[in-house]
Amino acid sequence: MRRSWWKVLCVLFLGYSIVAGLLSPVPALNIVNETIRNLYFHVPMWFTMILLFFVSFIYALKYLRTGRIEDDIFSSELTKVGILFSILGMITGMEWANFTWGEPWSNDPKQLGTAISMLIYFAYLVLRGGMKDEEKRARISAVYNVFAFALMIPLIWVLPRMVDSLHPGSGGNPGFNTYDLDSNMRLVFYPAVLGWMLMGVWITSLRIRLSLLVNHHENKMVTS
Amino acid sequence: MLKNILFTICFSLFSNLLFAAETQSPEMANTLRSDGKIYVVVLVLATIFAGIIAFLIRLERKISKLEKNK
Repeated sequence: MRRSWWKVLCVLFLGYSIVAGLLSPVPALNIVNETIRNLYFHVPMWFTMILLFFVSFIYALKYLRTGRIEDDIFSSELTKVGILFSILGMITGMEWANFTWGEPWSNDPKQLGTAISMLIYFAYLVLRGGMKDEEKRARISAVYNVFAFALMIPLIWVLPRMVDSLHPGSGGNPGFNTYDLDSNMRLVFYPAVLGWMLMGVWITSLRIRLSLLVNHHENKMVTS
Repeated sequence: MLKNILFTICFSLFSNLLFAAETQSPEMANTLRSDGKIYVVVLVLATIFAGIIAFLIRLERKISKLEKNK
């Protein structure tokens, strides 16, 4: 276990968020009732995804500057784990919406923007899968990654806020606005976000190390 | 004087009850949490979480071993 203090932190934060997330007091609101606790688990999925996609974007730029294959490995593994978190966020959101908004999919602007963004990132995987040549794959997917990240910003941050949305923080849904100010929930929410982000980085680091090993092994096979 | 104090206390108690009956708060699992086995759910989630963490740590050890051998 190399440099593992932050992994301990991750376990502590997430363990705390599971126990306190179910037992701590929350504001009593109509319609959402106890499902307000989903905030501790559904929202961190998206925050983690954004973090991973952002770091992936940085490594894509770095690859374009340096041309080191390691940067491509970092960038692609970060994107893959980011996609995993986006799928988890989407499924948990639809489950939550089914019991509060009445249906899993209500064409909410944030749902639509996120879905388009996810499709763009799925295409990244297809693009990478379709190319054999290592250098070409790395270069084209780095350029595509920059494009995908640049599109994600208006799709999930700007456009949903310009129109009415069922999500809190924009337009309608007044039944949910008081959680913004609830300090009891912040005490659980922030550690949960940090914990899930560390978990995302942890999983990614394992994938990157495995991928570097495979890369090293393949290079050895070629030279020997 | 004593009568006044008693009256005040009685009135405040009564008005509390009155308000409690009047304000119907949204239905939450307050009783569920105290004796309705919510702790069972906490235990189950904690178990799954512990399992995933143990899995990650084992995977990490295996990768570290491979890194040493290369």
